[in-house]
Amino acid sequence: MKTSIELQQGNSLRKDAIMRLRKNRAAVAGFFCLMTIAFLCIVLPFTPWLADPNAQSLVHKNLAPSTQHWFGTDHLGRDLFSRVFYGGRISIAVAMLTTFVAVCIGVSYGAIAGYARERVDATMMRVVDVLYGLPFLVVVILLGKVLERMTSQWSEWLVEALTSDHATTEKINEVRTAVEPLVTMVPLFLAIGALSWLTISRIVRAQVQSVKKLEFVEAARSLGLSHRVILFRHILPNCVGPIIVYTTLTIPGVMLFEAVLSFLGLGLKPPNSSWGVLIKEGSDMMLTNAWLLFFPSLFFSLTLLSLNFLGDGLRDAFDPKSSKD
Amino acid sequence: MIQYLFHRLLQGGLVLLALFTLSFFLCRLLPGGPYQSEKAIPEHVKQKMMEQDGYHLPVHQQYLRRLSGVVRGDLGLSIRLSGRPVNDVIAQSFPVSFQLGLVSMMLASLIGVPAGVISAWKKNSAVDFGVMAVAMLGLCLPSFVIGPILAETMGRSWQWFPVMGWNGADPSTWVLPMVTLGLVYAAYLARLTRAGMLDTLSQDFVRTAHAKGVPMHRILIKHCLRGGLVPAAAYIGPAFAGIISGSLVIESVFQVPGLGRHFVKAIETNDVNVIMGIALLYGGLVVLGNIVSDLLILWLNPRARTLSS
Repeated sequence: MKTSIELQQGNSLRKDAIMRLRKNRAAVAGFFCLMTIAFLCIVLPFTPWLADPNAQSLVHKNLAPSTQHWFGTDHLGRDLFSRVFYGGRISIAVAMLTTFVAVCIGVSYGAIAGYARERVDATMMRVVDVLYGLPFLVVVILLGKVLERMTSQWSEWLVEALTSDHATTEKINEVRTAVEPLVTMVPLFLAIGALSWLTISRIVRAQVQSVKKLEFVEAARSLGLSHRVILFRHILPNCVGPIIVYTTLTIPGVMLFEAVLSFLGLGLKPPNSSWGVLIKEGSDMMLTNAWLLFFPSLFFSLTLLSLNFLGDGLRDAFDPKSSKD
Repeated sequence: MIQYLFHRLLQGGLVLLALFTLSFFLCRLLPGGPYQSEKAIPEHVKQKMMEQDGYHLPVHQQYLRRLSGVVRGDLGLSIRLSGRPVNDVIAQSFPVSFQLGLVSMMLASLIGVPAGVISAWKKNSAVDFGVMAVAMLGLCLPSFVIGPILAETMGRSWQWFPVMGWNGADPSTWVLPMVTLGLVYAAYLARLTRAGMLDTLSQDFVRTAHAKGVPMHRILIKHCLRGGLVPAAAYIGPAFAGIISGSLVIESVFQVPGLGRHFVKAIETNDVNVIMGIALLYGGLVVLGNIVSDLLILWLNPRARTLSS
């Protein structure tokens, strides 16, 4: 009797998936590469080895990579090594927060649509269809612009709230440089996140629809549980697999999008930098200083590559029937 | 069939109405207002301009006025380009964007579809891994990295093709933007085609064909290609719309005088009529692209025909 239980546990869906994922070498490599880059981007800015990414020096401008400046310096003498990791921190933060917004909206919307009656479901999904038809880039640019106006006051408020009345100008400026990059990112990730949830909502809806017909849901209903509890406690935990997979696959899309916006000059404002901004600056100077394009692109592409491999691997692991597309 | 098309067109109309409404209200919320310029405009002139463009009316009247204009095909006047009709701006620059999109999409299909078929045929071989690795790289190297690199090597160092500009009659100016834009979509198409082909190849009728001794190339092309292309066909319509609106970046890298540059300029200067006009055009393209994709699928997959009617 005991052995049969152990056998069942051994074959649980999640363990199976993890086993399949471990066998997928590309996905494992992607995972470790991703962890390394994320670790460096998060930890390095707190260590003394990284120069101030915005410190300019006319003596050290346009230096090729050397032992002193590993990745060289740009036209203002800023150290590219530290700019790549500070930029990476912002790129990753934007991608994570945006995806978080998108997943939150997508999962709740899809779950409610999948659980609700047919009429409600049909209406909700028609809305998704219509939103799918919008030109994404155009709407995000417009939305970002509008949100920018709304959030431009926030940084002032935050600075006021964080400093006392008698603070010196230096102190205020210091707080402002700390707060401003965070606040200027907000419109960006709100706008992108608010429109990236469509695919996830469709997937979650399909999943919820198939799970809600199972018997344990009927059992929960007969126990008199509320719809909210049934949906979020009993049904959604059974949809975690696809949600994780599509979250992993949404992040690279969002990162690419942030980079496109930054490249067009509609994303982050200087001196803040993300990988997109650095690539833009690099491509302007690539004739003379090729390293300015090379290093940011390298890290950016490596990150996207890892995420895509990991996402593909996860999808194959959770759903062995699905072939790679 | 006709009913189905009618249904899709109706939905397309709904999308466009939603897009119009959304962009109308977003444009009203844009920071700065439409009449900002470096030189201060005298107050009475501004008043006159606002009256002429109908900004003194209550919001709902403005909305209806713009809507009736758009329905009649009149997109209004550009403010930045001192009163040039938006229709004119679009008529001048859309053909360039369209041409670029068309040749890029053709290149993408010519590379992506065969690559996907070969990759599915030689599944799990070195060829397959090679093709898929290149495709993955194509997805991850953003076009604004590939673009400058191509411009640097093929354009400036080797002098094969002109680095910037666009001449509809001179194909050598097309090459660099076309390749840059096409490669990304080729990567997507290769992945989709591979998945579709693998799906079809695993079906029973393929085994029957094998048993009857049909040669592999005939199975691939005669028996499987049709079904295997369905995922790629579903992708190609919206992608074509995306390629045109997504060429914003390429147009700024290679200085192509297309729609994208007007759009970016209009966003920077709050030229609301141009913003709305181009947004609606892009929206229309997405609607059209989806319908084209649907028709393609109906043509490729007879089972979809019975389902849709």
